Amino acid sequence: MEISRRDFLKVGGAAAGSLLLPVGAAAAASAATFPLRKRVGEAASVCPYCSVGCGVIVATDAQGHIINTEGDPDNIHNRGALDPKSVSITEFGNDPKRLKTVLYRAPNSDKWEVKSWDWATAEIAKRVKATRDATFKEKEGDVTVNRTEAIAWVGGAANNNEDCYLAAKFARALGIVYLEHQARI
Amino acid sequence: MTNHWVDLKNSDAILIIGGNPAENHPASFLWITKAMEERGAKLIVADPRFTRSAAKADVYAPLRSGTDIAFLGGLINYTLQNKLYNEEYVKAFTNALTLVNADYKGPADANGLFSGFSADSKSYSTATWQYQTEKVKAKDAAGNEIEVSVPKQAASLDDPNTVFAILKKHYARYTPEMIARVCGTPQDKFLEVAKAFCATGAPDKSGTILYAMGQTQHTVGTQNVRSMAILQLLLGNVGVPGGGVNALRGESNVQGSTDMALLFGDLPGYLGLPTNKQADLKTFLTKFDNTSYWSNGGRFVTTLLKAWWGDAATKDNDYAFNYLPKTAGNYSWLALFEAMYKGTIKGLFVMGQNPYVCGPNARFERKGFENLDWMVVQEVFDTETSSFWRAPGVDPKSIKTEVFLLPAANAMEKAGSVTTSGRLIQWRNKVAAPPGDAKEDIWIIDKMLRALKAAYKGSAAAKDRPILDLVWEYGEPANAELVAREINGYALDPVKDAAGAVLVAKGAVLPSFATIASAANYDAIACGNWIYSGYWNLADDGTGVMMPAAKRRGQKDPGGMGTYPFWGWAWPANRHIVYNRASARPNGAAWHESKKLVWWDAEKKIWTGYDVPDFAPTKAPDAKANPAGVGLAAQAGTDAFIMKADGKAWLFARAGLAEGPLPEHYEPLESPISNLLSKTQINPVVKVWDSDKGKDIGDNVGAPDKFPIVCTTFRLTEHWQSGAMSRYLPWLSETQPGMFIELSKELAAEKGIQNGDTVQVSSARGKIKAVAMVTARWKPYTIDGKKVHHVGMPWHYSWQGIATGDSANDLTPHVGDGNTMIPEYKAFLVEIKKV
Repeated sequence: MEISRRDFLKVGGAAAGSLLLPVGAAAAASAATFPLRKRVGEAASVCPYCSVGCGVIVATDAQGHIINTEGDPDNIHNRGALDPKSVSITEFGNDPKRLKTVLYRAPNSDKWEVKSWDWATAEIAKRVKATRDATFKEKEGDVTVNRTEAIAWVGGAANNNEDCYLAAKFARALGIVYLEHQARI
Repeated sequence: MTNHWVDLKNSDAILIIGGNPAENHPASFLWITKAMEERGAKLIVADPRFTRSAAKADVYAPLRSGTDIAFLGGLINYTLQNKLYNEEYVKAFTNALTLVNADYKGPADANGLFSGFSADSKSYSTATWQYQTEKVKAKDAAGNEIEVSVPKQAASLDDPNTVFAILKKHYARYTPEMIARVCGTPQDKFLEVAKAFCATGAPDKSGTILYAMGQTQHTVGTQNVRSMAILQLLLGNVGVPGGGVNALRGESNVQGSTDMALLFGDLPGYLGLPTNKQADLKTFLTKFDNTSYWSNGGRFVTTLLKAWWGDAATKDNDYAFNYLPKTAGNYSWLALFEAMYKGTIKGLFVMGQNPYVCGPNARFERKGFENLDWMVVQEVFDTETSSFWRAPGVDPKSIKTEVFLLPAANAMEKAGSVTTSGRLIQWRNKVAAPPGDAKEDIWIIDKMLRALKAAYKGSAAAKDRPILDLVWEYGEPANAELVAREINGYALDPVKDAAGAVLVAKGAVLPSFATIASAANYDAIACGNWIYSGYWNLADDGTGVMMPAAKRRGQKDPGGMGTYPFWGWAWPANRHIVYNRASARPNGAAWHESKKLVWWDAEKKIWTGYDVPDFAPTKAPDAKANPAGVGLAAQAGTDAFIMKADGKAWLFARAGLAEGPLPEHYEPLESPISNLLSKTQINPVVKVWDSDKGKDIGDNVGAPDKFPIVCTTFRLTEHWQSGAMSRYLPWLSETQPGMFIELSKELAAEKGIQNGDTVQVSSARGKIKAVAMVTARWKPYTIDGKKVHHVGMPWHYSWQGIATGDSANDLTPHVGDGNTMIPEYKAFLVEIKKV
């Protein structure tokens, strides 16, 4: 039995239908019938660089390492086309310089120290509590203002919606008003 | 974007101004090319540099950085003088016919200012910008006849106090001659652009404007965008296929992160964070218009508070409104780094951003890191930000800041959704394994929040209730799908309509924010972000298979307009083109068969089409407004802009803008010339910071005698923003290995610089080194008869990773837009010399 790649992807019930292929029609057609030769898992995803939202087909080995990235011909935005950054997703996953452990730099130290998640998050909570408690402003006149101007949060445009939502919820519960990110700059 | 990526194919003229999609949004050119090849669309690029987008254009017009209001004002003037506007559209859908206070004065009569300016406070009173009103009698909901004040409308566009007449007078000064003097755009090139683009005022044509940071990163950024909106409204290009005002946004999810309100003054869904002037919920909610769809704003705030504080949010305690922090001023990026520089900020969280490289006057902003007690960084690589304490030339022993560097999974290694520039949400599954002990960001935030709850456990202090009462149940490990459910909204208790019928069962996911608007007991709903309501609801993918809407990959495209309603889910309400009521004439019929998107089905008495109508579904085109009505009842069947209090698009903005109801050209903070339009040199309301002015590191401003060259920054296809996702990767680093500055042959000859030479570029903020790239893509400008050189450079680089180099932002100024406070990265002054 010949399994087409498009069948194999089986992402969310993607099926045939009227395909509009502005460019790369041949590539897309071959994706539908190209026989599987690699012992890999393939899944559809979305490029993490610009805001077009191009579809990528990501191939991974049994260990979950990305071994190939190519354009997703079914994605309505790019119809299989990719730019050099999207193609580099393969390298992004496997780069030896990727962070693999929690690192800590003590005051006035000249080096990183490897730490555990439990240690780091408990220590961070202590720092947050100390700073927040020392600087928290509950009232201005009669108005409850519940804020600290001594803690700031930046970043999030490279994150998922769900990450960002939790970040906003986290920050506001602490009373953070210095909340900013890439969208401003 | 008002429209979306695929919709570019429906355009007849594409104006790219302040963006370079060929390099920064490459896949967009699929659709631009399709429009050019299949519809004969004209591609027009206006940019200081002959970019790779310009290389594909039918018309290229150069303009000096920071003169977009003049250039776009020239196009508006051309449209008005030559009567190229869509009169039917303008009269019905905009406030063109609305009468403005007779005491209003524009810059032509007030020396570059508008009426109401106070030089002391550098701000405006908007009293004279208001509409004239008249009293009418109408019946309220209870059937009682009451007197209501409504904006007064003129019978003709020629009435001297109409918005339209004011617009004509305002823009009469923006002549092709003036454009040439201010922008340096040759008159013939300007007229070529005007002829090509302004022809889209015809009902069977549509034109789109694509822009990016080239418009927003200026002290007049908001008014740049306003200029585009005014032009598009006059041409009838808003709400129609192939039209719109389209921000080509940067990062993969900067649209979503903005929607989720990671900005100081906002809450998810653009509900706004309260200020210290809004003591209680009732006061806060008065900010929402009562005669637009925003009349539901209070409901959306309530369901957000229920999502955050659940049972602790009750009717009796204003739904825990006082748990929210309230602001007392400006906490935007520039203010944040000013505060960090001064040492008032002690702790900083950084999630996937590299402020060491990306902030303006970066040497100044970096100093702030040294004043922190602690910094927490969630990252995929060790960036310049996380390692600022060991940067070249820095002695770690002198820096007290503790740094926690938390290894994060990248986008392929975690589940969640991202929102395209076109507001389309696509779900990504986890498709790869994170390296070592790296974790998903929601895992990290969840772990930190739990540790914080533990640290505060047992506290009886009122100030700790927002943390202790925070609803935080996303499973263990935290599951993105449970977060999605909360963002979308779900029923805490059965949600019922006024007759008691159950609309949503307890625990079930909300189908749409319309349920919040219609429910009798809307406080039985928890909804984290009302505009995303529906993205996690089960929906058909077009083949009968049901799944969370954001996961869909359906290929059907009814009408062939590229809407693809079964692919992912677009906010709001799976609506792909916003304001699309305006894609039909006032009478409800399409403007033209080829531009058919949404129309009134007179037989079935319903709005229908290839997109979800942006209108009350059964309100007929001839429906009359009830001035005493609440919400959309106060609007008529031709009031296409349902989020505005008068149902009309605002050519003239009587509120909401700091520096005037219409865009007026002012020079950038650093400019080579005096303003030719008036004696007001810069945007009169901007805050010019001055910390440590005069020192080596400080808020310094340069003058053209020392720094005569106009400089701008740009991006490269092969690198990503501050480089934190690209400068570490070998392929990308090999293609763009290091810092350069692009300059004209003429400037190179004057300075004795050869292609490939190392040069020093300096501004009032610092000096950097770069390789000279001498090209024909830059030409000297003639500005008011004087030769002005213009250069540009990429801003991706710094010292970590493989591809390294000096940072362009060492040179950019610490000043921001008058409204948004977005920094002015795109126009500043430098000097250049060979080293």
